[in-house]
Amino acid sequence: MTDTVLKLGKYEFKSRLFVGTGKYQTLELMKEALEASGAEVITVAVRRANIGCKPGESLLDYIDKDKYTILPNTAGCYSADEAVRTAFLAREMGISDLIKLEVLGDKNTLLPDPVGTLEATETLVKEGFTVLVYTSDDPIIAKRLEDAGATSVMPAGAPIGSGQGILNPNNIRIILETLSVPVIVDAGVGTASDVTAAMELGCVGVLLNTGIAGAKDPVQMARAMKLACESGRLAYLSGRIPKKLYANASSPLKDF
Amino acid sequence: MQITVNGNNREFSTETSLSELLKSIDIDERYVAVELNRKIVPRSQFSEKLLMENDILEIVTFVGGG
Repeated sequence: MTDTVLKLGKYEFKSRLFVGTGKYQTLELMKEALEASGAEVITVAVRRANIGCKPGESLLDYIDKDKYTILPNTAGCYSADEAVRTAFLAREMGISDLIKLEVLGDKNTLLPDPVGTLEATETLVKEGFTVLVYTSDDPIIAKRLEDAGATSVMPAGAPIGSGQGILNPNNIRIILETLSVPVIVDAGVGTASDVTAAMELGCVGVLLNTGIAGAKDPVQMARAMKLACESGRLAYLSGRIPKKLYANASSPLKDF
Repeated sequence: MQITVNGNNREFSTETSLSELLKSIDIDERYVAVELNRKIVPRSQFSEKLLMENDILEIVTFVGGG
């Protein structure tokens, strides 16, 4: 079975795994893990430049811009205004109009602030950004974000960096049934089976960072996540059998 | 003249352009975006933009993140 490409606005991707660049022990290790993940889209954060930092120490020196599409995030922003300001700075870096919008509501849970997220989505869509928006797994706000013009709505499987997997697959299922924009699970993924679970539900992709960067062997885990993403996607496209209560023999029941 | 760069006050000579300032603090201008007094300065204007006493600069770049 051949799969279609993943379209996000004017962008097209073959890989459905999106990976972050945070929390790696070294930039060299990050580079290897990115390679092993097969990802085409990688996320980065926007921060104050470290004054006195020599060339060669920059993240961008380790990212082949011909190979990867850079998706800047607004992580660490706790208001719509801050997130919008960060998005404009990210776009000014001159790489693309893609933005992974995060407006957080609380430092302990890193759960999104739904009101601020909606407000920032409306503004950034108006300003011509391709908005991929991080949200909770609440189907109502997910729909509101689609209506506001988000290119992709990205519900968290579980809190950011928690590694708990897809805590409420039913909500993700409702989001998938309600929305027509691509739905990507963003955050909470701990291991390969979590990625597969998200893809089997019908999500078009999975975005993760800590699950790879925090593993004992990030490069090997990156490969596991890649295979898991492909497996889940294939299983979804193949149409799984329904779950039944009773047995259904695989061998013919006929007498000799 | 005094200019605030990423929250720290620094002394620069008058008639310094944004390009010259970035160079003097070892910033590769290809890797940054700059706000001057909360307004973005397009990279194409870095060399002509002259800084004034008490200007506030925010210089940002991409770092690892998820």
